[in-house]
Amino acid sequence: MTSTTLVPGRPAGNRRPARTGLPLTRASGLGLGVATLWFSLLVLIPLSAVAVTASGGGWDGFWQAVTDAQTSATIRLTVGTALLVTLVNIVMGTLIAWVLVRDRFFGKRALEVLIDVPFALPTIVAGLVLLSLYGPNSPLGVNIANTRIAVFLAFLFVTLPFVVRTVQPVLAELDPQAEEAAASLGAGRYTTFRRIILPSVTPAIAAGAALSFARAVGEYGSLVLLSGNLPMRTEVASVRILSSIENDNPDSAAAVAVVLLAISLAVIVVLDVIQRRVMRRG
Amino acid sequence: MSIEISHVGKRFGDFVALDNVSVSIPSGRLTALLGPSGGGKSTLLRIIAGLEHADTGRIEIDGVDATRLPPQKRNVGFVFQHYAAFKHLSVRRNVAFGLEIRKRPKDEIDRRVDELLALVHLQQFGERLPAQLSGGQRQRMALARALAVEPTVLLLDEPFGALDAKVRKELRDWLRRLHDEVHVTTVFVTHDQAEALEVADEIVVINDGRVEQTGSPDDLYDRPANEFVMRFLGPVTQLDDQLVRPHDLQIHTRPEPSTVAGRATRITRVGFEIRVEVTTITGQVVTVTLTRNEFLALGLRNDAAVHLRIAPNSPTTAVATTDQPSSTSPSLAASH
Repeated sequence: MTSTTLVPGRPAGNRRPARTGLPLTRASGLGLGVATLWFSLLVLIPLSAVAVTASGGGWDGFWQAVTDAQTSATIRLTVGTALLVTLVNIVMGTLIAWVLVRDRFFGKRALEVLIDVPFALPTIVAGLVLLSLYGPNSPLGVNIANTRIAVFLAFLFVTLPFVVRTVQPVLAELDPQAEEAAASLGAGRYTTFRRIILPSVTPAIAAGAALSFARAVGEYGSLVLLSGNLPMRTEVASVRILSSIENDNPDSAAAVAVVLLAISLAVIVVLDVIQRRVMRRG
Repeated sequence: MSIEISHVGKRFGDFVALDNVSVSIPSGRLTALLGPSGGGKSTLLRIIAGLEHADTGRIEIDGVDATRLPPQKRNVGFVFQHYAAFKHLSVRRNVAFGLEIRKRPKDEIDRRVDELLALVHLQQFGERLPAQLSGGQRQRMALARALAVEPTVLLLDEPFGALDAKVRKELRDWLRRLHDEVHVTTVFVTHDQAEALEVADEIVVINDGRVEQTGSPDDLYDRPANEFVMRFLGPVTQLDDQLVRPHDLQIHTRPEPSTVAGRATRITRVGFEIRVEVTTITGQVVTVTLTRNEFLALGLRNDAAVHLRIAPNSPTTAVATTDQPSSTSPSLAASH
């Protein structure tokens, strides 16, 4: 669902008119066919199937499933927390990427590797780690089990690498002389960051943010142990979908899935709009 | 708007980039910092701009001590070899950048940017992105951007180094004319002696972190202070222990006072110029260049007996070490 914005470092203002009506060669025609088939089998058909299942009970059935007090609470919690986590990631991820690219310090290589651990770790292992550190038997004496903070923390843990990893290469490619040029033209550090650096890394930040949001919305394994899955309090959408299936209510599960899908799409579109605006403003 | 550089030193680790350099750059002139790469000239330029800080010494711009001033406060325009364009901004916005920072009124900015784009012949390209310009156009945009803030000095770091030979030549002439119009104190760094000789009013030759010589192009060419300057500014050849320009040697077919005897061992024609290699009786290989007419008048052939001497009043330098190969230094001869 992130394929539309996953183009970090896309050249600014690249809005060439689409070339239309060009005849395809045999090879490129075959390539396009294979790509379409692949995309359809893996993405379009399953998504349509979910949409069809969700509409099985008609509009009323769908609406009822979605507005059910417990279900809508899970959607609000999931989307709200995912948005918050994405905001934190935008700031912290950019900061970490900056430190990794611009600064030299002891242990930098180790940090480089460690950044990917939350991503590489099986999520249930991550959940276990979080439970043992912040659960009832916490060695730190911090017990956040069965609270919404647990959801927030789990999201934060698994989405940490996304913004870092998308922003880092773009930041490394930036021309340091453009910053020197800005300085000699009178721009202070903040102005240079806002007007020269930020517009260049914004597409990458947006791509990382979209990935991070999408990952958070669908997260299950890392929070299921620590959050307690309390209905109306700490239950997230993915857990709700699972319990709907277990209670033999696939229509409701599909309805929640469709809502998450729509929200994710909306977030990706909004991020793209913001990114274009920041780049143009300079 | 003169620049006074006194006793400036700069090290990068163990490497001494500048060693107690003092230069006085005159106001309103076009000055070249000339020297081989790695000699410290770019470092000196960056120190003047405040992009680098000197370890020791003092920089004064227009009578104001700028040694500790950040680049933002020095009011210098800086042009980089690789343009340093703001890639996400249109040509207009690039040029307007310094004025926008200074919060000038919008209509004033528009007017000034129009003037500058006309000055650098980029009127039709205002709405383009830098990536849609050629190298020469990008460098002109960078120049307009630097001039927009009306800098007290304009600094250019190998400004034409990334361009191909033809564009480089055009831009060089154009920079000279532009300077005659704008009159801002300008310092540019180059490793190309032809570029410096052709464009600059003043040349500062820098090598190994030290100033070798300062003067007008004629001074340097005709009165080189030492062997390095002599070799760096143009082709040289050696006769006995004297370095001399190949076109300052006279060839005679019979002995004259103070000539050295030898044989023409190789004759090559390079365009309008004839290059004759003479092997003297001591075994030294000396290169002499002649015009076509001089050559025809002499009627020289391969292996003919010839007599060489240095034309009176020609610049020569004594060679410090004599165990060097005596023929024309190939890299310098080729670059002419």
